[in-house]
Amino acid sequence: MKGNFIDNLPKIYGIYTGGFVGFIIIMAIAEQMGMTAKTIGIAFVAFTVFIYALIGYLSRTAQADAYYVAGRQVPTVFNGMATAADWMSGASFVAMAGGIYFKGYGYMALLVGWTGGYVLVASLLAPYLRKFGCYTVPDFIGTRYGGNLARFSAVVVLTVASFTYVTAQINATGTIASVALDIPFQYAVYVGLISILLCSMLGGMRGVTWTQVAQYIVLIIAYLLPVFWISNKMGAGFFPHFMLADEVARIGELEQQFGFVKNAAADLKSVPKGLAGITKAHSAVNATPWAFISLALAMMMGTASLPHVMMRYFTTPSVKAARKSVGWSLFFIFLLYSSAPMLATLSKLSLIDPNLPTGIIGKTFAEVEAIDWYQNWNQANLMFISDFNGNGTLELNEFFMGGKAVVLATPEIAGLPYVISGLVAAGGMAAAMSTADGLILAIANAISHDVYYKIIDPKAETAKRLLVARVLLVIIGFAGATIAAMEIQGILGSVIWAFDFAMSGLFFPLVLGVWWKRANRQGAIAGMLGGLIAGAWYLVWVRTGGSGFLGITQLTFGIFGSAVSLVLMVVVSLMTTEPDKATQKMVDDVRVPSGKSILGKSH
Amino acid sequence: MSNQQKHWEKTRGLLFITLAIWFVFSIGIFLFGAEMNEVTGPFGYPWTYWFTCQGSLGAFVILIFWFANRQEKIDEEFGFSEREDE
Repeated sequence: MKGNFIDNLPKIYGIYTGGFVGFIIIMAIAEQMGMTAKTIGIAFVAFTVFIYALIGYLSRTAQADAYYVAGRQVPTVFNGMATAADWMSGASFVAMAGGIYFKGYGYMALLVGWTGGYVLVASLLAPYLRKFGCYTVPDFIGTRYGGNLARFSAVVVLTVASFTYVTAQINATGTIASVALDIPFQYAVYVGLISILLCSMLGGMRGVTWTQVAQYIVLIIAYLLPVFWISNKMGAGFFPHFMLADEVARIGELEQQFGFVKNAAADLKSVPKGLAGITKAHSAVNATPWAFISLALAMMMGTASLPHVMMRYFTTPSVKAARKSVGWSLFFIFLLYSSAPMLATLSKLSLIDPNLPTGIIGKTFAEVEAIDWYQNWNQANLMFISDFNGNGTLELNEFFMGGKAVVLATPEIAGLPYVISGLVAAGGMAAAMSTADGLILAIANAISHDVYYKIIDPKAETAKRLLVARVLLVIIGFAGATIAAMEIQGILGSVIWAFDFAMSGLFFPLVLGVWWKRANRQGAIAGMLGGLIAGAWYLVWVRTGGSGFLGITQLTFGIFGSAVSLVLMVVVSLMTTEPDKATQKMVDDVRVPSGKSILGKSH
Repeated sequence: MSNQQKHWEKTRGLLFITLAIWFVFSIGIFLFGAEMNEVTGPFGYPWTYWFTCQGSLGAFVILIFWFANRQEKIDEEFGFSEREDE
């Protein structure tokens, strides 16, 4: 190929996409010729992980600029794809449609929150942090406010938030690897971890960038193809997003007809842990305005504070490109998020509508128990039925399912070939791996650059800095995998906590660093540590039986944390002396897109 | 007022407009979620349901691109846009 790598990107990823589609077709043919479901699953996961590892190897580097910020030459659209993969985790891919399926409107606050946050990223932060020229988020805090304590506080908040998040992602890679490769979860977690490290260890941010683009392509194909296919197969419409109004209305009708019968507590005891029944309306407004808005707001402010997202905008060639790139990121995220409610609708209707051949409500228990897919997913502990009222037919309140089953089992229920299930497994793996990579890199870079290089040993050679960064990457990865193997929390809950931690400690120190010149070091330190401690205290208080106040729950504790952070930051800043002239000049320079970045090229 | 101050004034103005639109689609309309859901909206979905599935999400995408273009215009107006070779 002629020309340099960057100019050839569209061609390279075009060939890659074609190759992946070709692979899907080969697998489909192999399935017709008698290849077993298990072999197809292994082939999908092994093939895609091998490609990512190859990209990771080809992106290896020994330069600090390439390792920390991919040489600052990632074009807007590709950075958008990489950010979308970085952003959409195992939770978005596997758990989101399930959450919408079970909880409806109240849960869909997450859709609004996880997209609306990008408006804050684009307008308040990304372009200014790009102009700053930092390698990491604590790098900005440390230089803007000055002093090792401010820098170190930012590293603490970053580590708490990102580490909470990363264990959930390693957990998700482990779950998928254990199902697809048929090995015990405790080992599968480490298989997942090694796949993750293969992408990031040699190339740092450069390796992660180019693998994330590849992972985005896999995950979006794996999500959209089944949605369109199922919609067409059910006769619901060839473009589901615009054509499911009748189906949504029909679900409402069926809800009326069946009613939401409340099960007795004793009956519910027999239902396996983690499974739930349909107890909430599908499209009706079932949450108070504040419950909806507070969750959306917490997720939006959390988005603008999460370092692994912010650092993706350090890799664009210019400030202008950073702004546009945020738009592209959200566009690529929108493609998946707008499809999740459609998948939830199709999945629910195909299960509960007695007029459809796949519908099981109203059938006898013997009939349902004879269905192949019911047996498979019952064995996998993701589906369960029990005749509570003893009438022999299945009622809406007698059918239970795990949240993951909406994405994982719907293709099989709708009668799609197994090759689609293999594809979905590869997509889930890609989603979880790409997010885990971004997070582990964010933590390792912050500790190696901000703690080791800036605080402990400012004279260290580049080679030594990068060695430290890589060793930390492995240590943090293994620590995350070890905690993931203990299976303490669910995937979705810990993801939401990560957002709350990030916004408690970082939102106002970052935003005011650009938008309020008077903000000073003492204020920022008080804001970061005070916010984090207040948020963590509130979480522990509510978890241990505290009543909470103002309707703030354990999922939205960041609202309390960030409010404390704001008050502390403003009060302490005003009580102490204003920042010196040099700092004020620095803020002025950050606000102008042209001219040199604040920090030198290789600081 | 210096060139730079004027530039920042305009930038701040654009921020407030952007945040106001953002507020409407992320918070404002959901204050009336229950009432709005009674009415049929685009493609036959109930209005509130449509906003949570597609409407607000799409509005954010458009808003960011619009914001980026407006900010570029402001930067050009004051001679602060970046040279391509930087």
